[in-house]
Amino acid sequence: MESLFAVERLSTPLEERDDMITVKGLNKWFGDLHVLKNVDLTVKQGEVVVILGPSGSGKSTFIRTLNALEEFQTGEIVVDGISLTNDLKNIEEIRMETGMVFQSFNLFPHMTILKNISLAPIWVRKWKKQRAEQIALELLERVGIPEQAHKFPGQLSGGQQQRVAIARALAMRPKIMLFDEPTSALDPEMVKEVLDVMKTLAESGMTMLVVTHEMGFARQVADRIVLFDYGEIIEEGPPEQIFDHPQHDRTKLFLSQIL
Amino acid sequence: MEEISFETNKEPDILLPPKTQSKALRWMKENLFSGWFNALLTIVSALVTGYILFHSIQFIFTEDWSVIAVNFRLLMIGQFPVEEVWRIWTAFGLLTVLLGLSWGLWKGSMAHVAVSILAIMVVMLVMPFIQMNTRLILGGNIVLLFLTFFIGTKLPKLKVPVLLVWLLFIPVTIFILNGFGVFEPVSSNIWGGFLLTMLIASVSIIVSFPIGLLLALGRRSTLPVVKYFCVIYIEFIRGIPLITVLFIGQLMIPLFLGNGIEISNVMRAMIGMTLFSAAYLAENIRGGLQSIPKGQYEAAQSLGLSKAHMMTFVILPQALKAVIPACVGQFISIFKDTSLVAIVGLTDLLGMGQKLVANPEFLGKQMEVFLFIGFIYFIFCFLMAHVSRRLEVKLGVGER
Repeated sequence: MESLFAVERLSTPLEERDDMITVKGLNKWFGDLHVLKNVDLTVKQGEVVVILGPSGSGKSTFIRTLNALEEFQTGEIVVDGISLTNDLKNIEEIRMETGMVFQSFNLFPHMTILKNISLAPIWVRKWKKQRAEQIALELLERVGIPEQAHKFPGQLSGGQQQRVAIARALAMRPKIMLFDEPTSALDPEMVKEVLDVMKTLAESGMTMLVVTHEMGFARQVADRIVLFDYGEIIEEGPPEQIFDHPQHDRTKLFLSQIL
Repeated sequence: MEEISFETNKEPDILLPPKTQSKALRWMKENLFSGWFNALLTIVSALVTGYILFHSIQFIFTEDWSVIAVNFRLLMIGQFPVEEVWRIWTAFGLLTVLLGLSWGLWKGSMAHVAVSILAIMVVMLVMPFIQMNTRLILGGNIVLLFLTFFIGTKLPKLKVPVLLVWLLFIPVTIFILNGFGVFEPVSSNIWGGFLLTMLIASVSIIVSFPIGLLLALGRRSTLPVVKYFCVIYIEFIRGIPLITVLFIGQLMIPLFLGNGIEISNVMRAMIGMTLFSAAYLAENIRGGLQSIPKGQYEAAQSLGLSKAHMMTFVILPQALKAVIPACVGQFISIFKDTSLVAIVGLTDLLGMGQKLVANPEFLGKQMEVFLFIGFIYFIFCFLMAHVSRRLEVKLGVGER
């Protein structure tokens, strides 16, 4: 069962591990609006990076550029050794290696939960239907809702839907998971069940990039916190340093508003 | 001062609803006679409705319907030669088998179609003016329908073959009717009546759907050549009336094809109708595509699905489901618009009716003929609308 979350526990210290994501000098404009300014970031294998920042600071845009849901104008992105270019084949390869979880779940409403999860493994990974469904069921077990397999997304609560979305992304056996505000659309009582799944996932050694407003999660789970403001990284470091001894004034301001 | 007592453990008095009026009476009071003005409206409209109904029913039951009885064959199949009618029956038999099997295999909406066709056959069977051998064939078809229904319920494996035969049904029918060298050819120029209406309508509906789908996808393409071809085609066709398209079809298609290839009037009408309805269907489908939230595209892309897989499994199923009502509306209007082919010289159901009315032998029988024709159109349009509603309900599973 442990192997289902794809990555083995890593015993080597963070600094000695391989880079999973390397971003250098990333710039992006929406029309005249400069939304990402010279962003540099390196994420190691098995590292959990939480991205914080005020709304409109470009953090969602940033992680969406990592699997080419957004285009960028200048800079370089390397994901698991694959350089992100306009080549369609390249993009599809990167998307196979990165799972993404959205704020609004984005499950396919016309398919059962089981079909939602097994669709991409069957058609992209070319697995046999039986194997894909077997793995889908095991993943549903892992996220704690095996009994919902034959229901439709509309019949599930928000928290359950988001857990299915996580299972769906994991079914592709990604090496990296991107979370774009996964709990922001949830009722408060459902936030914990989703965060718990994410916590287990982080403990299993998955490389994760998480955009969130859940400070508890950030402090507890993150290896590193990255603070975005006005499209640039203003501060980064381990959670204790960021939360307890912030250096930058804007970090202090942001934290004071939120805590 | 009076002592106040609290009776705690006593059953509360249960008030039974007043049992005064029956449900029907109450409904009438609430809905029809809730005030003097509504009562007046009710009475006036009841009188008008009653008057119209009385005269309609009187007309239907006292009138001499022999014009339909005598010309029933003409209205149904036009001047198709009597000795070749077996071809139509063969095609009809194939349809019965397919319907029966599909009824058994899928039940649901197919059951409604099959039962409706069954009802039509039964009604025809008991009509007094039907010839005996026609009755026998109809009876045989009814038996065949039930037989294949039971085969269908017992053999679920037949689903794929039956679908394939459905796909081939129209080409096979046209082949049988025309002969194409294997049998004695029956030129499509003498096809007519309801048979022709059905053929033109089915071909245009079935062929225009995939073309419309491609046009809708093309219109959203990022390749400018594809996109502008689709835009120009759609807007051009939508800018001219169907009649004009039909005339253009009759005159221009032979011109385009040159002298080598002969193409019949019927085929030209089918091409015209198909090209026309494809443009409208494309716009309907495009509406459906636009109703799909961006998140669905992003989710599919982030899973690594290719564009083709994303469209086939995620976007189109949702988009097409959303436009079932609009598309069926378009199908119904194609079906009714086939009556326009009478203007370009074909004798479809309506064209045949007009010819009958023009015949001095049946002078003054317009009402009967057109009522009958209208009734036939109504049955089939209603059937289509009904099945589409069933389909919507069935596909609505899992919707919020």
